[in-house]
Amino acid sequence: MLRDTLLVAGKDLRIELRSRVVINQMAPFALLVLVLFAFALGPDRNPLITAAPGLFWMAVLFSTMFAVQRSFSLESAEGLHDSMVLAGIDPAGFFAGKLLAIGCELFALEVLVTSGIIVLYGAHVKSPAELLVSGILGTVGLAAAGTIYGALVSGMRLRETLLPLLFLPVASPVLIAGTRAWQIGLQGNSSASSPWLGLLGAFAALYICAGIVLYGPMEDMK
Amino acid sequence: MCSLESLLEVMATIDKAIDKRRTVMAAEPVTRPAPWSARRNRWVRAIGVAAILAIALDVYLGLWVTPPDKVQGNLVRLLYIHPALATVALYVAFALAALSSALWLWRRTRAPFFDRLAAASVETGIVFIALTIVTGSLWGRPVWGVYWTWDATLTSTALLLLLFLGYVAIRKSTADPQRRARRSAITALVAFMDVPLIQFSVLWWKTLHQKSTVLNPSLTPKIGGIMGATLALSFVAFLLLFVWMLINRYRIEVLKESLEGAEMEVAIRERVAEAGTSGHLELPADLRVPVSGG
Repeated sequence: MLRDTLLVAGKDLRIELRSRVVINQMAPFALLVLVLFAFALGPDRNPLITAAPGLFWMAVLFSTMFAVQRSFSLESAEGLHDSMVLAGIDPAGFFAGKLLAIGCELFALEVLVTSGIIVLYGAHVKSPAELLVSGILGTVGLAAAGTIYGALVSGMRLRETLLPLLFLPVASPVLIAGTRAWQIGLQGNSSASSPWLGLLGAFAALYICAGIVLYGPMEDMK
Repeated sequence: MCSLESLLEVMATIDKAIDKRRTVMAAEPVTRPAPWSARRNRWVRAIGVAAILAIALDVYLGLWVTPPDKVQGNLVRLLYIHPALATVALYVAFALAALSSALWLWRRTRAPFFDRLAAASVETGIVFIALTIVTGSLWGRPVWGVYWTWDATLTSTALLLLLFLGYVAIRKSTADPQRRARRSAITALVAFMDVPLIQFSVLWWKTLHQKSTVLNPSLTPKIGGIMGATLALSFVAFLLLFVWMLINRYRIEVLKESLEGAEMEVAIRERVAEAGTSGHLELPADLRVPVSGG
């Protein structure tokens, strides 16, 4: 399984490095979201800094959908799925590989958005550990849930509209917990962050387990 | 060139083809779904009648017999609808959907029954959840002064409604019954896992950040006597209504499936009939269309 995970993740990241969709399209999109939020909330710094944690996670949530759609459109090519099955790739490994690749892309994006928030909104980070840990845990959770739903709707005619409808309500605990952890990180009150980080961790663990268990049955239907 | 005789000949050939197709269609009638037994029908009707009677009694007791509450006045009467709706929607419908989805996914218990049951309970659950939210807002307006507040219970109920709607959307957009059942079952299970996380996150979201909550615990009236009985009756009434709606929704699902099957059969036969006649349909020489130009 580990070998398959690394193979699939390596394949996806290699395709990404060569096609540069994340760098050329998703990164500008995430930055655009930051700028648009500034337009929506006005040029005053205070409301922007107050809203920054929420804006960060909204940007990440939308980017996750793009990353998931992109990742599964790679698999939709003719006969690609059959060749994966013939190559004997373990479904759980395939899931973990997709998760890893999407997670890496998202994390790179989050670093960019964070620096955007610091530079554009002038936010001061009091305890960066919260931002980092919540970022990693939240990303893993979002990537896991996104991969499950991406696989679920892949091959469907209406997948572009179905994915947000299914994924966004499920991802709401990450939005809530991530935003709170980020607020704490920006304000520097470290002791209050543990329930939120715990929630992010629980979400990630739950969806990784669900993906490993359910990915096999999901692959059967293609 | 085109004589009347040859035209008539062509028309006769087409007529013959149509006749042949009719006979093919008439030869084997399309399979009809098995009708429900009269006994079963009687049972379902009995549940329906019991639900109506119980709700009528609940309305009567709730509006005329029970006294107004000391604190909430007449608003307390919503208590005889809202908690029952919420309990049926949040616990019965959702748990039933998750359980039957899990049973469908498990190979040993895989049967179309569980897929239909999950679909029926989700769709019936949507009605109950929507009514829960509507009745809650109606109560909230005079008590809290607003139709909606970002209270933990309200927010998680709304999210649950969205999860249910996602289930229906994915079900509606898959045509193949096997894939539909699998996708729906996985959607229901993945959504079900999310429920405790949503509950916790929304609860902490409120309690950790809003010091005073609009839901003052002292508002909750102590229930006893006729009020308690009416409240208990409302649970029975709405549970009966749920069961009745569930059974009927299940039947609709069965009928829909057999209709889909019948339509497919008709389409296949039409194609077969077309293929069967095309070999015999020979146009007279002077009516054949030249292949290129002319």
